[in-house]
Amino acid sequence: MVVPALFMLVASFLQRGPHGTLVGPPTLANYLRFFGLTEAGFDPLYLLILARSVFFALVVTLITLLLGYPLAFAIAQSRHKEALLLLVVLPFWTNFLIRIYAWIVIFQKKGVVNAFLGMLGLDPLTLYPSWFAVYTATVYTYLPFLVLPVFTAVERVDWTLHEAAQDLGAGRFRSFLHAVWPQTLPGVVAGVLLVFIPALGTFVISDLLGAGRVILIGNVIQQQFGVVRDWAFGSAAAYVLMGLVLLGLWLYARRAGEEGLDRLV
Amino acid sequence: MRLLLRIHTLLVLLFLYLPIAVIVVLSFNQSRFGVQWRGFTTAWYEKLFNNPRIALYAENTLVVAVVSTLIATVLGTLLAVGLYRYRFRGKGLLRFLLYVPVVIPDIVMGVALLLFFAWVREATGFFRLSLFTIILGHVTFQLAYVALVVKSRLASLDPALEEAAADLGAGGFATFRYVTLPLIWPGVLAGALLAFSLSLDDFVITFFTAGPGSTTLPLYIFGSVKRGVTPEIHALSSILIAASMAGVLLGRALLRRR
Repeated sequence: MVVPALFMLVASFLQRGPHGTLVGPPTLANYLRFFGLTEAGFDPLYLLILARSVFFALVVTLITLLLGYPLAFAIAQSRHKEALLLLVVLPFWTNFLIRIYAWIVIFQKKGVVNAFLGMLGLDPLTLYPSWFAVYTATVYTYLPFLVLPVFTAVERVDWTLHEAAQDLGAGRFRSFLHAVWPQTLPGVVAGVLLVFIPALGTFVISDLLGAGRVILIGNVIQQQFGVVRDWAFGSAAAYVLMGLVLLGLWLYARRAGEEGLDRLV
Repeated sequence: MRLLLRIHTLLVLLFLYLPIAVIVVLSFNQSRFGVQWRGFTTAWYEKLFNNPRIALYAENTLVVAVVSTLIATVLGTLLAVGLYRYRFRGKGLLRFLLYVPVVIPDIVMGVALLLFFAWVREATGFFRLSLFTIILGHVTFQLAYVALVVKSRLASLDPALEEAAADLGAGGFATFRYVTLPLIWPGVLAGALLAFSLSLDDFVITFFTAGPGSTTLPLYIFGSVKRGVTPEIHALSSILIAASMAGVLLGRALLRRR
């Protein structure tokens, strides 16, 4: 894994030759181009795509948290803990592409949603291709990644602290905020990373459900290695993405240690 | 509050199972286009089973999964034991690197492997994109998962057991074979199961490392989705859904027995 990564590092400093080969001399041009510094002047195209991807991943993470955090609590406190956990994880083990494809069937022009609206006598919506579809499918795909670590954290919560807070006169919300939420934080951080990072790098979901209208950093990389065949620029873009992720992971590892890293597996 | 939580759980579960239910129901629908229900049929399944290409793609997928899992399980276990037993320079870095394939977006790994294979191919003439390159690609990320699962099992091991074996005259290999390995076996098995299902499910790494003639089921599904899908894909997906669910349940039962 390290060797291909080093190869790519070299490639990111080369140039695109004829027929899409990589040729020297070494240059910084790919990175400069990514950050908008071209010979023709400042062009923030790729920076905007990067910013859009970060925003996209943030919103996905937030929605996942809103859906997944209460769910993890509900599971941890249920009598049917094992069964519920299995129910949440099972869809995750079915093939990723099938799940994405299912959302196309649901959202397309003559899809499930519009058939349903038609039965109610309502006008059909254009849900595919759209950002809405991409958001829905991404949240759907990564939800279990958040639920599992949060569930593990909730299981370990020391509820006597919660009772103590209430005995001392704190309301339900305040005692949750000060006695329970901090205890679940390690699980939340791990879950957030597990959702944010793949959401940041996705290209399949945006490709299939955005059908060319939704361009994220992952799509840029894929296009450079596919149709455009500019491997040097593609490598540079991949390195920018990887740099962001590794920086985040490294910061996390420094704070949370190896135990924290183990929560990501 | 409790009631609200229950409703929330129910809604999220509905959200999780809606797509799967849609696919399975449509696979029995007579209609070729759209989602209108036109009556029950198993015609798409028959068509699927009579399609020789599907059998080939399924075989490719399984060959990749089995071979890559075997390689990754052996290497991953040895890596974890090595990290557990020996001290050496760069160990901290190596440990951090183990987590990288787990979290790095798979597109980055995919394109890095694509570049690497292209380079080696140019230099030596080997590594034409084929099932072989897909297997190598899968091993690179499976390896990390196996090593991490085995590592967590090793962490719960009593070091006195290995020391006792050494005191009784067992060499490094004998200790590993008769003491360490039986103790970490459940971890090895769990790691292998995880690696196997990751390989079956993988699309991105396969996408970048596959060549002509090495189509796997996920690649075929992707192609069909891009071209506009036939109901055969619904049937194929339903079978895969059933198989993976059976696999998960079986795996759990196996692990619990131990």
